[in-house]
Amino acid sequence: MPGLRFDLRDTPPEAPALRATLRAFLAEAGRDWSPRVRAYSWMGFDREFSREVGKRGWIGMTWPAAYGGGERTAMERYVVLEEMLAAGAPVSAHWIGDRQSGPLLLRLGTEEQRREFLPRIVAGELAFAIGLSEPDSGSDLASLRTKAERAPGGWRINGRKVWTTNAHRCDFMIALLRTSPSPDPKQKHQGLSQFLVDLRASGISIRPILDLAGEEGFNEITFDDVFVPDSLLVGQEGAGWKQATAELAFERAGPERYLSSLPLLTAALDDLRDEPAAPEAVGRLLARAGTLRQMSLAVAGMLQEGITPEREAALVKDAGNDFEQALPERLRDLLDPIRTPPAVQEMLADMTMVARSYSLRGGTREILRGIIARQLGLR
Amino acid sequence: MAGDADEGLRGILIEQVDRLLADSAGPAVLRAAERGEWPETLWAEVEALGLPLALAPEAMGGAGLGWEDAVAVWQVLGRHGAPLPLAHGMAAAALLGLAGIEPPPAGFIALALPGEAVAWGRRAGHVAAVDEGGQVALHDGAGVEWRRAEGAISREPADRTAAFGTPLRTGRLPGAEAARNAGALLHAALIAGALEAALDMAVEYATVRKQFGRPIGAFQAVQQQLAVCASEAAAAAVAAAAAGRAADRRGLEDAGFEIGSAKVVAGEAAGTGGSIVHQVFAAIGFTDDHPLHLFTRRMWSWRDAAGAERVWARRIGEAALARGGDALWPDLTARNEGRGNA
Repeated sequence: MPGLRFDLRDTPPEAPALRATLRAFLAEAGRDWSPRVRAYSWMGFDREFSREVGKRGWIGMTWPAAYGGGERTAMERYVVLEEMLAAGAPVSAHWIGDRQSGPLLLRLGTEEQRREFLPRIVAGELAFAIGLSEPDSGSDLASLRTKAERAPGGWRINGRKVWTTNAHRCDFMIALLRTSPSPDPKQKHQGLSQFLVDLRASGISIRPILDLAGEEGFNEITFDDVFVPDSLLVGQEGAGWKQATAELAFERAGPERYLSSLPLLTAALDDLRDEPAAPEAVGRLLARAGTLRQMSLAVAGMLQEGITPEREAALVKDAGNDFEQALPERLRDLLDPIRTPPAVQEMLADMTMVARSYSLRGGTREILRGIIARQLGLR
Repeated sequence: MAGDADEGLRGILIEQVDRLLADSAGPAVLRAAERGEWPETLWAEVEALGLPLALAPEAMGGAGLGWEDAVAVWQVLGRHGAPLPLAHGMAAAALLGLAGIEPPPAGFIALALPGEAVAWGRRAGHVAAVDEGGQVALHDGAGVEWRRAEGAISREPADRTAAFGTPLRTGRLPGAEAARNAGALLHAALIAGALEAALDMAVEYATVRKQFGRPIGAFQAVQQQLAVCASEAAAAAVAAAAAGRAADRRGLEDAGFEIGSAKVVAGEAAGTGGSIVHQVFAAIGFTDDHPLHLFTRRMWSWRDAAGAERVWARRIGEAALARGGDALWPDLTARNEGRGNA
């Protein structure tokens, strides 16, 4: 494949001990998680849980100690992530900060921003939202219109963001905003900048949007003359597109892009013992899971080396989404509704609904395949 | 435990094989093979590189090459349509070595797995025949009675053994599964290579073939399909490499999960990817003249060899069901940790 790299990676030598600690912790913490909590997993928000995770040093694991980080390797962090996901843990309250907002600040934030935000992310006390999509800008993200205009000492924001996961529960958002009007539609990627926005600032109103499963997962956010001081501009004014694209590579690179529905297979496996079609179906799923894990580890290894694996990450996310969407469908074919325990039925029902979002959030299937096609030289 | 060459050495080896096949193989050689013509020159050239015995231990005249290295070589071979049974010969030499039998120093050693047709059987100088229990017998090719195996989509020459003579040597593999695992591994790697070649051909065609005034690759419908094909090709390659590494780490007989996974993923990729490349090439790719089918027909054959997806998936699934839900994730992660994880 021209230019696509998937080098095999091992998990680090610390992995077995780290897993044992995590499994003990997750077994205890997860005793009362409902099937729905596990079905929502990394989209689920539980501040108390995130604080406990923070206490154990599992947030900001790779960051410098100066900011509260653990100075561990990216591969150790990967082990923590996959254990959390395999258990269906509700990680969203610290996940976004750990995965993309924190790393963005580490790379491009001012010293002041790093000192203010990173230690609180590490403690599991500061929850971040991702401010990208707008009512008229979804896949065509660069067409976004919410603007930040110069004001004395800072900027004033007006406009709307939408589909922002858990914004009504979060503390801050990193928002991609238009700071100078684009001169013509071909240059719409210019004039965008990223800001740290306090979600409790005056002028912000957040309206939760019910999702199809009945959860208040995402939101519409209206900015009405919201003031942001100069000190909260992230990186360079006007370089927002490039910054956000690199951030998306982090967003797409993780194991959550293939593991979302694995807790269902774990929960349902013992109820499949008498189903003649189960061995083949389960075997096909596991063959894919093992392979996706190798591909995901390869991407994690590139991150460890400081490479931004934009295209590899897009490919793994796309393939991973296919897998995690297929999993509930395959299990539905196999599980006898009369004999399957209610908890498994409930998780299957929830995942059947939630799985729709896997190939939408963090880049739609079509956008990801477009990125792969570009790699192939077709565009 | 087999060694594995470092990345640099592997790179050099792959480049050598790739160059050799680029110079001496090609569609004409593949078509000749389908007519039953043994690629004499090509075989002499790979023998000059020491490839057929490369997987056997050095003490037995081999190079002690590892399975992950072998997968890389077989993938290159697949990329050229595997005009000669080098992968089978290499696997046969490795299995003989594992069974304590020194492989014959020259000539093609055919691999006879239980129930499977033998690639290029009647052209073999020797035959390594393995039974269900892991017993290996080395036969002189001249003493084996063959009957033609017909009907493979690939049209690669293959035979079934009608009768064996007295074996020259016998030995036992470390596990009954070792041989079938080797067969699955080599076919998974060949598929990964052939699919990569077919994808490259389709991408190239999509940039030159014009309809509605534009290259067809400019249409999103075509782009999206080729992206899926690329993704399947990448998965097949990663699965095969991971399976090779597992065989190096834990021994061929204990790498059944990874090897089976590779065979399942490669088999599925051959189906999905094969459909896509033919759709892109449309009518021209459906002709005998066009070389595309030299690759796609082989992929479709190889996915049935040494256990189709269904067979391997069932084995993996049965093992997982027997272990139960609580063991599912711990088992998956334990496979590349702990023992042998240097």
